[in-house]
Amino acid sequence: MTFATVPAAVEKYSTAFEAAETRKNSESPAWLNSTRRQAWATFSELGIPTRRRGNELWKYTNLRPLAEAEFSFGEAGSVSLDALKSNGPWDDSWDTIVVVDGVYSDSLSNLHGTSGLVAGSLASAISSGSGEVERLLSSLAGREEYAFTALNTAFIDDGAYVQIAEDSSLDSPVQVVFVTSGPGHDGDSSRATYPRLLVDAGENSSLTLIETYINLSGSAQLTVPVVEIFAGRGSVVRHHRVQMENEQSFHIGTTRVNQLADSTFSSTTFAVGASIGRNDIHTQLAEPGAECTLRGLYMTGGQQHQDQEISTTHAKPHCSSHQYYKGILSGRSRAVFSGKVVVERDAQKSIADQKDLNLLLSRGAEIDAKPSLEIYADDVKAAHGATAGHVDRNTLFYLQSRGIDEDAAKAMLVRGFAEEMLDDFKPKALRDFVERVTDYRIKILLDESDTIGTA
Amino acid sequence: MLEIKNLQASVVDIEDSEILRGIDLRVNKGEVHAIMGPNGSGKSTLANVLMGRLDYEVTGGDILLEGKSIVDLPPEQRAHLGMFLAFQYPAEIPGVRPWQFLKAALDARADARGEEKMTVRNFSKLFDEKVEAVGINPQLVKRSLNEGFSGGEKKRNEMLQLEILQPSLAILDETDSGLDVDALRIVAEGVNSMRSPDRSFIIVTHYQRLLNYIRPDVVHILVQGKIMKTGGPELALEVEKDGYRNYLPAGATA
Ligand SMILES: Nc1ncnc2c1ncn2[C@@H]1O[C@H](COP(=O)(O)OP(=O)(O)OP(=O)(O)O)[C@@H](O)[C@H]1O
Ligand SMILES: [Mg+2]
Repeated sequence: MTFATVPAAVEKYSTAFEAAETRKNSESPAWLNSTRRQAWATFSELGIPTRRRGNELWKYTNLRPLAEAEFSFGEAGSVSLDALKSNGPWDDSWDTIVVVDGVYSDSLSNLHGTSGLVAGSLASAISSGSGEVERLLSSLAGREEYAFTALNTAFIDDGAYVQIAEDSSLDSPVQVVFVTSGPGHDGDSSRATYPRLLVDAGENSSLTLIETYINLSGSAQLTVPVVEIFAGRGSVVRHHRVQMENEQSFHIGTTRVNQLADSTFSSTTFAVGASIGRNDIHTQLAEPGAECTLRGLYMTGGQQHQDQEISTTHAKPHCSSHQYYKGILSGRSRAVFSGKVVVERDAQKSIADQKDLNLLLSRGAEIDAKPSLEIYADDVKAAHGATAGHVDRNTLFYLQSRGIDEDAAKAMLVRGFAEEMLDDFKPKALRDFVERVTDYRIKILLDESDTIGTA
Repeated sequence: MLEIKNLQASVVDIEDSEILRGIDLRVNKGEVHAIMGPNGSGKSTLANVLMGRLDYEVTGGDILLEGKSIVDLPPEQRAHLGMFLAFQYPAEIPGVRPWQFLKAALDARADARGEEKMTVRNFSKLFDEKVEAVGINPQLVKRSLNEGFSGGEKKRNEMLQLEILQPSLAILDETDSGLDVDALRIVAEGVNSMRSPDRSFIIVTHYQRLLNYIRPDVVHILVQGKIMKTGGPELALEVEKDGYRNYLPAGATA
């Protein structure tokens, strides 16, 4: 069923697309030019998805504020290393790629020539025809008719490229920092950026990947990242996603993962930022024996909106998938958990579970949790569930009876709720960072809280 | 130490829900009092009201600690004054580790009293020592507080907290229920070793068995929210033999 509606907000992006196209076309390989043009055609047809009725993907997230906002598309700005270090996780020993406003920064990146690792600018990987960039880029996130992957793809220029050689096990994490420097070229408008990351993990390789989004501006920006991860046979990819946009900004992120036989992909998201934040992740268990674990913590306050769109497709037998998310909501914020697992007819002996637990700290906060399983095979073990609860008064009394005052006791309980997700962030500097942000956020969320400790 | 005067309490927001119906009790320094009574007679309610649980409303009478009324103090301030409650049903607290929790409790009390905080090193030493003393599997205390603990393990964990916090007035609400013989001995040894001229205990129990190990100075029989009889350790033996029928108000059944 189609509706004859005009796609929203397309014209706002068209001047920028045309300008970028003229600028890039002469430099880019023909295949990329055609990918971009195709993507633009798709986006022009779809527009920003403001229609929610009958649109499962956007049922609970209202994108009208985004469609109405104006963005500029200036040259990349500049940021200081100190600003990066104090606003995000950082460890000098990590291989770190820094992308400022969508453009790779050689001076801010910190790469150690680690053996087995190719890491750096996506633009250079494209122009040098490095690895399998041409075959891989946009092969996962280009197929589907999805407005934001199309929008990002229409603007593909630079970003980050990470490739791990076969049989290589990296001891230390690779971090990719996407930073928005500040307003666009005219100094006060909002900037739109399209970060792009391509990860190619070779057969039997092992990698810890940290993907960080920082926003150093104080005003509304738009970030539309697309990440494609190819997990080769027997590879192990541990992925961490830290989303820390400011509270005026829009962050509409898409991650697409393809897993070959016996690969393991685990991902934990830490989403605390943005006015409207979306974390759309899909894992394709494309060959037998693949396993994915998708987890995350989202914390919202004020008027924030966080949307977790989590999906896994079991295409082949003997794969397992685990989705487990936790939310802490306060103020008048809203969060969406939409978890979906599709087990195709071929995928016998699949194991799938989904869970979403929420802690509501205020009456005004709202969660829409919608775990769903679509199973077409008959030999499958699956379970799902979602809950929303409040801080328990018994528990609060227990802590207070030991001498811990009410405020500290509440903070301890909320932090305790988050703890198992924080435990996923193993690299020390990363763990310290998310812990610090969590404690800071909990204080703010508790200030907006009105549902606990009351009879 | 503690003086309870004509204490009446009901459940907040429930009409005509009076549970404690005029309790008088005086616990001197260094004494051990046992409270026995049928199920539902108000023992846990008394323990919780003493500790300041907000689900209950004190509708009459007073609670004095060292001569000062505490009925308007929040639970944490009662803890800072030296009170402790070992819960009949300890809460499970996901993501909060016992070590961290107890350190926070000690620090909060030190802050409130203007005392110096224990160093992490000294605390760790004390913690490990006490974990061993109460016989908790050290792996268990690395996990979330009480989460997935067995009934007995939870009770041992209450004992761990009691021994680390060293309160001056400890209320034990059926800490002996659900314990195996060894654990029971550990509870008794814990209490006996902590007995001192400055420390008092109120021990709620159903079983005379515990009182073989911990010899109480005074035994009270609580029935339908009132103390019906007060006596020495022999009272516990009587209850063991005859039940509570002798203490029921005229015309009532327990
Ligand atoms: N929060 C509450 N709301 C409603 N009723 C309550 C509440 N707390 C206690 N009661 C009721 O008050 C009475 C006394 O309960 P309490 O738990 O104090 O008994 P108890 O003597 O400790 O019993 P037991 O030996 O079974 O532990 C019971 O009838 C109980 O149902
Ligand atoms: Mg009881």
